[in-house]
Amino acid sequence: MTSAFAIEAAGLRKSFGSTHALAGLDLQVGHGEILGMLGPNGAGKTTTIRVLTTLLRPDGGRAAVYGHNVVDAAAQVRRLIGLTGQYAALDEYLTGRANLVMIGQLGRLSGRAARLRAAELLTQFDLADAADRGVKTYSGGMRRRLDLAASLMTRPQILFLDEPTTGLDPRSRMVTWTAVRALAADGTTVLLTTQHLDEADQLADRIAVVDHGVVIADGTAGQLKARIGGERVALTLAAAADLQPAARILSQYGDEGEPSVSQADRTVQAPVSKAARRLPEIVRDLDEAGVALDDLSIRHPSLDDVFLTLTGHASANLHPAESE
Amino acid sequence: MIAATISPAPLTAQPALARAWWGVKDTWVLTRRSIARIAREPEQLMDVTVQPVIFVLLFTYVFGSAIRLPGGGSYHQYLISGMFGMSMAGSAPGTAVGITTDMASGLIDRFRSLPIARSAVLAGRALSDLSTQLLGIVVLCATGLAVGWRIHNGVADALLALLLSLLFAFAMTWAGACAGMVLRGPESAQALGFIVFLPLGFVSNAFVPTQGMPGWLRAFANWNPISALAATCRDLFGGGNPSSSIPAWPMQHPELAVLAWSVGLIAVFAPTAVWLYRRKVMR
Repeated sequence: MTSAFAIEAAGLRKSFGSTHALAGLDLQVGHGEILGMLGPNGAGKTTTIRVLTTLLRPDGGRAAVYGHNVVDAAAQVRRLIGLTGQYAALDEYLTGRANLVMIGQLGRLSGRAARLRAAELLTQFDLADAADRGVKTYSGGMRRRLDLAASLMTRPQILFLDEPTTGLDPRSRMVTWTAVRALAADGTTVLLTTQHLDEADQLADRIAVVDHGVVIADGTAGQLKARIGGERVALTLAAAADLQPAARILSQYGDEGEPSVSQADRTVQAPVSKAARRLPEIVRDLDEAGVALDDLSIRHPSLDDVFLTLTGHASANLHPAESE
Repeated sequence: MIAATISPAPLTAQPALARAWWGVKDTWVLTRRSIARIAREPEQLMDVTVQPVIFVLLFTYVFGSAIRLPGGGSYHQYLISGMFGMSMAGSAPGTAVGITTDMASGLIDRFRSLPIARSAVLAGRALSDLSTQLLGIVVLCATGLAVGWRIHNGVADALLALLLSLLFAFAMTWAGACAGMVLRGPESAQALGFIVFLPLGFVSNAFVPTQGMPGWLRAFANWNPISALAATCRDLFGGGNPSSSIPAWPMQHPELAVLAWSVGLIAVFAPTAVWLYRRKVMR
């Protein structure tokens, strides 16, 4: 392959009525790389995937997969890619096995090759026991796993995963993560979207943070976290009068900058690396200064923090659980 | 910038013949898929299996006794040919329901991300719906034989009637495919069956002779393709065709009329369906 990038997009634009889903998005994914697109609902992640997988025609800009333009050479692009969308794309009335065989045959495998590959994937995705049951009887997690298996039937060189673990139980999530890692180890290029920083952190070589249809930050998880600040120690005090002494103590352990103080909530927060290890010293110092605590916690950077840091505005639609 | 950094990979376009071959294969895979669905969920066949039986029994034993045919003749002989017209037209709402169901699921996206022929999704649906119509014809004939309907003419005539029926069903399938692309969901497709196709079936000679209808309605009924198919079946199965005395062209040449309607419907709706499909999925 002579193209420099597996996926390259430049200035992609797409509007739905007055909503600008993509507003000049640039993206480059190297061969064999796992790129995680991180952003809230409506940031343009799904639209990007739909454009790159030839399902949607962009209003402006250009995108190419292995050097094939996704608009002019859609047929060539389709022979290289696999797609797992946000909603399971399966035939409810067929068995799991029949779904896979059908997708394989449509992907130009012979009947025999499709059946062999289906059996292999059903085992890999922990679905062998349910293989000959109708998909109607599958749980949500089983459907998502079958859906992922379906997109792997033809051994695509590039795999697109749109929020692959949203709504998955922990077991299915682990199976999915393991599969993605194995694919990448085999040299498959993966572009996945997620709303969870930890998922991007676990899986992706590189993370592109997307907001309002453009990439606002791009780098490894480590680089992004360095910008956001890592772990934070958060104190809630019994008395507001102790805020200044507490902030002073915390700043001795903090990585950089002033601790953030909230009078109303009686809280002090500061980024502290290796927070768990340093917590005893912090508590001892606070105790010696006579600061009484109502609550003490170590917070890990969340998507909310990413957005606050990078955009100055909170992502509006996060579930409460994700901002913990 | 992209053009400067990327030279095209050696994946060449396929020759036309190979493309056509894959198109046929894709269509076959998708046809088998629809048939396999039915095997797992036979309730989907209610429209073509249970409905004709109920209609035949209702009309033979409840309404039929009150209907006088011009020139005499038995009503059950008249009715079964009418049911051919009604059932074949019914493939349109059937296809519309199937298409709207597919479009509402993510499955279409998966198909579209695969290197398959654009027309295969629709063609596969049309062919599988045709095969269910064939089953419907078997059920209808069996029910007919049970209530006293008989084939009076030769095998060749009966086969011609069958062939024209399937051709018309295939044409109506494409009309249904268009409707399926325009309608929002399976519910509205189902409603289309009640609001359009049920009345269309009744305003024809399928169940009652058109001679008793008011003038404007009679003209409509005589040109209704369902009437043409019903008259064709009466002509070819034998046992009397009361509409042969009506001067309207389709009633004088019912076989030609069915052929013309079918070819016309396919010529209009098949390309329209493919166009609507492409437009709908490429927003």
